[in-house]
Amino acid sequence: MAPEIAPRTATVELTFSPLPVHVRTARLIATAVARRGGVEEALLDEVRLAVGEACSRAVEAHQQQCPAEPVRVELRDGADRFEVVVTDRVPNDDPAAGGTPEVSPDLAELNGNLNLGFAVIAGLADDVNISSTPSGVEITMSWPAKKD
Amino acid sequence: MDLKVSDYTTDDDLTVINVEGEIDVYTAPKLREKLIDLVNKGKYHLLVDMEKVEFLDSTGLGVLVGGLKRVRAHDGSLELVCTQERILKIFRITGLTKVFGIFDSVDDARENRKKQK
Repeated sequence: MAPEIAPRTATVELTFSPLPVHVRTARLIATAVARRGGVEEALLDEVRLAVGEACSRAVEAHQQQCPAEPVRVELRDGADRFEVVVTDRVPNDDPAAGGTPEVSPDLAELNGNLNLGFAVIAGLADDVNISSTPSGVEITMSWPAKKD
Repeated sequence: MDLKVSDYTTDDDLTVINVEGEIDVYTAPKLREKLIDLVNKGKYHLLVDMEKVEFLDSTGLGVLVGGLKRVRAHDGSLELVCTQERILKIFRITGLTKVFGIFDSVDDARENRKKQK
């Protein structure tokens, strides 16, 4: 009797130092896993951009609060959804706030007095959940995926 | 990929900034420095040609908005050339299509500028 095969649910995990240069790497990996996971080509640009926005936000938060801690990205290839979870380690950070008082004017201009990042994520991801916990902020996004 | 930024000024005093590559949290400071440098040199009418931009995120949008604020302080302008749907979509999502003049080509932007005068 053949062994029972588990449902095809792969998870790729990525952690990276909170440096802007690594955000592109996270985008590329997320896009590759999404493509392999059955996300339509037309949606891959949205995955790439939304993951980049979430990672940029996490990198900025870590650089201000905990530069030694890595940013974590989980890519979950589910039965009918491709899910991405970006987690930072900045406790009780309000992701909807327009920046903390310690943010330099330069950084604020670069990344977000306008909160454009969240506007982009909300506009692109098919489903978004943002939760702020004592251990950090978790952004969960997902898109439909088709399995052959 | 690196971000390439270059500029030239037309005979009608419009400074065209050609941008090529990906504009994200890592590369956006390069574009920001270019915009600040041009304003410091007295170039207040800017046109950013984004036809060769392969990726743009909110950091890049923030830099463009910052540039617009700077030139407006001198009664200047900052407009864009962009026909790529995937880039235009980001401007639409964030409502910035109402903030920037967006043209199909440098010639179109220059023509519009002549009409405004």
